[in-house]
Amino acid sequence: MYVYDEFDRAFLAERVAEFRDQVGRRLSGALSEDEFKPLRLMNGVYLQLHAYMLRIAIPYGTLNSHQLRRMAHVARRYDRGYGHFTTRQNIQFNWIKLEELPEAMAALAEVGVHGIQTSGNCIRNVTTDQWAGATPGEYDDPRIWAEILRQYSTLHPEFTYLPRKFKIAITAAPQDRAAIKVHDVGLRLHRNEAGELGFEVLVGGGLGRTPFVGKLVRPFLPARDLLSYIEAIMRVYNQYGRRDNIYKARIKILVHEIGAEEFSKAVEAEWEAIREGALKMTDEMIAEIRGRFLYPDFATLADNPPELAEALKDARFATWHANSVHTHKVPGHAIVTISLKPVGAPPGDATADQMDVVADLADRYAFGEIRVGHEQNLCLPNVAQKDLPALWAALDAAGLATPNVNHVSDIIACPGLDYCSLANARAIPVAQEIAKRFSDLDRSRGIGRLHINISGCINACGHHHVGHIGILGVEKNGQEFYQITLGGRADEKAQLGTLLGPAVSYEQVPGLIEDVVETYLELRAGPQELFIDTVARLGVEPFKERVYAAH
Amino acid sequence: MAAPQQQKLKVNGPVTVTANRLTDGAVVWRTADGGWSADLADAAIVTTSDAAIALLAAAQQRDIEAVGAYVAPVLLGEDGSVQPGNLRERIRVAGPTFELPH
Repeated sequence: MYVYDEFDRAFLAERVAEFRDQVGRRLSGALSEDEFKPLRLMNGVYLQLHAYMLRIAIPYGTLNSHQLRRMAHVARRYDRGYGHFTTRQNIQFNWIKLEELPEAMAALAEVGVHGIQTSGNCIRNVTTDQWAGATPGEYDDPRIWAEILRQYSTLHPEFTYLPRKFKIAITAAPQDRAAIKVHDVGLRLHRNEAGELGFEVLVGGGLGRTPFVGKLVRPFLPARDLLSYIEAIMRVYNQYGRRDNIYKARIKILVHEIGAEEFSKAVEAEWEAIREGALKMTDEMIAEIRGRFLYPDFATLADNPPELAEALKDARFATWHANSVHTHKVPGHAIVTISLKPVGAPPGDATADQMDVVADLADRYAFGEIRVGHEQNLCLPNVAQKDLPALWAALDAAGLATPNVNHVSDIIACPGLDYCSLANARAIPVAQEIAKRFSDLDRSRGIGRLHINISGCINACGHHHVGHIGILGVEKNGQEFYQITLGGRADEKAQLGTLLGPAVSYEQVPGLIEDVVETYLELRAGPQELFIDTVARLGVEPFKERVYAAH
Repeated sequence: MAAPQQQKLKVNGPVTVTANRLTDGAVVWRTADGGWSADLADAAIVTTSDAAIALLAAAQQRDIEAVGAYVAPVLLGEDGSVQPGNLRERIRVAGPTFELPH
């Protein structure tokens, strides 16, 4: 965990006081909506279909139990008793009253939580691997570098009014769990042949109306040069990014139009001018940030303790263990993923009671630390293996032990037309209907790893382009229709999916997805071949032929 | 502000003007007497483009009570009842189409 200092606490308190004054002036009529809107957006406050929505940043996906408990309080006191975890390591409250927002924000600020950088044309909440600091094989803890970027970018005067929003993601493990290739800037932390720490830098990835996989602009950037290089990228974007057309304003369009090579040249030229300047980090500066991350005092334990071996005789526990428990870098410990996708529930939603349960369990079994992943699940990154049976029993009692992580019912879905003022079609009920079709866990396990992503509009908050099966809701003549893509992926081999065929109606979607999955089961080379690999081997045509013949 | 393109809107049936209440974001409809109501049954209904534009313009003049005003379709029952005219508006009236977490 990162420990905030007095500066951070004072800054947030001042920000809440400022927003309280702005809300007061809006309610009195001293500010018009046109004047107030950019101010509320700078604090993560949107006006959605039914109410105000408050979006809260969870920097690099790391929460402590006090923060999660406070979120539960906000959900219970100021909302309708639940919150929604998003694909950007944020949480959203959907039913907050404007007149109560300052109070809710004050409650959150007391535990170091806020909505700054969750909206507007700034550098947004920097995201990373939810297993950071716990997973074996990591080159460094990516959160240290995310925190450096957070401090650098917060209220940065030069980057407060960029052409459009700007998203940075970092991974430091061989496996990319942060989807870095579909971010404006993707950073892969690794070591070169000399053993030096540095970043592979990708620029111009992103989804939405015009999806792109990021282009490599620098294979190795010394880690200490991170800030000056990011500044060079931002300056090039700020200077050349289009401001005349919102749909062409993201950096991906700039990189696409001038080419990665030309873009890289411009960045390198800018960087040469500033790389030895004030943004060059010293070892002391990095050590200062690194030193504010406190790590658990892990006990010396052996893997596979007797308590775990005994518990694994229980089939339900064993199923959950196989699905939700992953290897930790410290012997005798484990990383636990908590599915927020119980079949039939809105993906990514957690009730206030569930948040309290997770906070309590984190205190009891996981050093008080919780993570949020872009897949809309939670994670306890540091659990002793001997405690897994008790943890599972408590999660199960709270409806939080569905063993479907990475399976077909672990669906990523945006809020869609049920909440969002931008959406054209519903996403959550589509996810629920598909999950019901695959509620049989034996069937789900037999299918294996399969990611379904659903977006209710072209803005792609559900990351449909990079779903193994992607579903995009569109509106035609007042009706909801859905385009299906196959073969997308958001991992280290990131690629965009291929359109399967004509859009189908809301009612047809669950059956069509079931047909796609059945086709995979018939066509796969063997039980070990994953859905994504079958699609890569055969393309979408065999799926198209079978699925559309049936519909 | 409502979408500027609605200044040129074409109306092909009964419509109303809807918005969100400033204080809490609740869905409201413009009433014939120039107020706002949380009940669609109270909404002023018009059927021509000119009338819709006038209703919208009046709603936008003062944004201290409701924000984001726009013209939305409605359906009129034979008994005079008013229903939302499309799925988006039905969801705004009735809430999300699934059971909320509890």
